[in-house]
Amino acid sequence: MTAKPILTRRRLLELGAGTVFITASPITSYAAQSDLDQARHTLFGERPIQDGRVTLKLPPIAENGHSVPLSVGIESPMTETDYVKRVAILSPRNPLSLIAQYHFTPQSGEAYAAGRIRLAGTQTLEAIAEMSDGTLWSGRMETVVTLAACVVL
Amino acid sequence: MAGIRLAVPSPVHQGEIIEIKALIQHAMESGFRRGARGEVIERNILTRFECDLNGTLVFAADLHPGVAANPLITFHLKAMEPGTLTFTWTDQHGEIWQDSAALKIT
Repeated sequence: MTAKPILTRRRLLELGAGTVFITASPITSYAAQSDLDQARHTLFGERPIQDGRVTLKLPPIAENGHSVPLSVGIESPMTETDYVKRVAILSPRNPLSLIAQYHFTPQSGEAYAAGRIRLAGTQTLEAIAEMSDGTLWSGRMETVVTLAACVVL
Repeated sequence: MAGIRLAVPSPVHQGEIIEIKALIQHAMESGFRRGARGEVIERNILTRFECDLNGTLVFAADLHPGVAANPLITFHLKAMEPGTLTFTWTDQHGEIWQDSAALKIT
């Protein structure tokens, strides 16, 4: 009668398969729509947000998620008594929902800002503007991102 | 580091709304990327941009990891008084980069 080996070929294969499974488990940190809602709540609380006045512009198709041009403009007279205080750019898919926040003053003349942002995949971005009278307005724009999302950020 | 490039139209008419562009060289390392050995590359970003005209804040931006490397910021300004525009960037450690440009009004 032969002694049963502790580590058989079959056992080794099973162990190997297990290791591969653990290694392949995703450790990504994608955000979801709920993270956007959370960020919106942190910034603006429970105040009502109306649609309109905010024009968010992004390319309909962005080939490179590392650098996507973005511009945001808000309709406002921009006077000492009636102006846009700030606008926040929020993403439902990036690891961090809040991408940037631009602060305006009556000296701005026009509530307009542009920059280049990172996008971790196809998504609909949201811009929320706060006016000097405290009202909130929002605008949205969808962008298709062709470069693989996970390597972007 | 930190090469800064500014674009301020000059001279401009009084009351004209002008477009100002400010670019700074910065990796804006997001903290989500991994190096060749799988180690997390530490976050290193600029968090704040401010533009002052004669000491008065006229425009500011809060920057987060979602802002692309070498951030270019474009914004508008109503040219009412001549003076000096000061551009300030602050990173997460409090380090400051600054440059200025003259605003000439005809």
